[in-house]
Amino acid sequence: MIYVTRRAEFSASHYYHNPQFTPEENRRMFGKCNNPLGHGHNYTLEVTVGGSIDPKTGMVLDLKDLKTLMEQEVVQLMDHKFLNKEVPAFAEKNPTTENLAMEIWKLLAPKLLQGKLHRIRVYETSDLFVDYYGD
Amino acid sequence: MVYLTRRYRFSAGHRLHNEMLSAEENQRIYGKCNNPNGHGHNYLLEVTVGGRVDPATGYVFELPRMDGIVATSVLDKVDHKNLNLDLENFREQVPTTENLCLEIYNLLRAPLENAGAESGLRLDRVRLEETSQNFFECASDRAVQRP
Repeated sequence: MIYVTRRAEFSASHYYHNPQFTPEENRRMFGKCNNPLGHGHNYTLEVTVGGSIDPKTGMVLDLKDLKTLMEQEVVQLMDHKFLNKEVPAFAEKNPTTENLAMEIWKLLAPKLLQGKLHRIRVYETSDLFVDYYGD
Repeated sequence: MVYLTRRYRFSAGHRLHNEMLSAEENQRIYGKCNNPNGHGHNYLLEVTVGGRVDPATGYVFELPRMDGIVATSVLDKVDHKNLNLDLENFREQVPTTENLCLEIYNLLRAPLENAGAESGLRLDRVRLEETSQNFFECASDRAVQRP
């Protein structure tokens, strides 16, 4: 098994809020991330696909296809967007980096043409990232 | 199960020296790291925890709590310290980054896993960079088995 990783970047805003919490609970739990006007990050997405090398091409998968898929399914959906308001998955769910990684897995896993999705890594900042392996 | 990694930085001094070895052997094994006056590094520490995402918050573990535990259990003990002299465990054990990585894993495991018990939180991995050119990892059995 060989693992291939491709990176993409997108910038988006978000805030964290649970309507079932009181305003005080929201502030205590989410701190400055609770500002209803939102704030933003430059996210880095790493998509890792595992598979075997096709002896005809020497490749696990066509990286152009993976680039296009990431662009169409994730970057176009999230780049320069307000995640809570513009990405349907986050209408009622906090767009935490944890939930973002799981959502991106859901978007990409069924559409991969070759190989098997191994890991989604989302960096919210250079000092904070989340990994999701689909289980 | 989702894995959250946070990076932290600390600076510390140390000297690699084993009292059981001769001066020549120490010099041969540890080279310039055996300098009796010591030397220091800017360490980069990565802590990875894994657990279930709480549907009410979207979090695996609240970052301020994680930061607090890492500060109290590790950073306060090592940052701007002499590892050989200020840390009890390194009075007789050589503070290589291998040993320091293992020590940090052991310092963090119980407090993090106890604090995150509700979401089944596990300390998955500790990764410690001594310089940008070398790093060491101490991982749970689960992390080792993962490809």
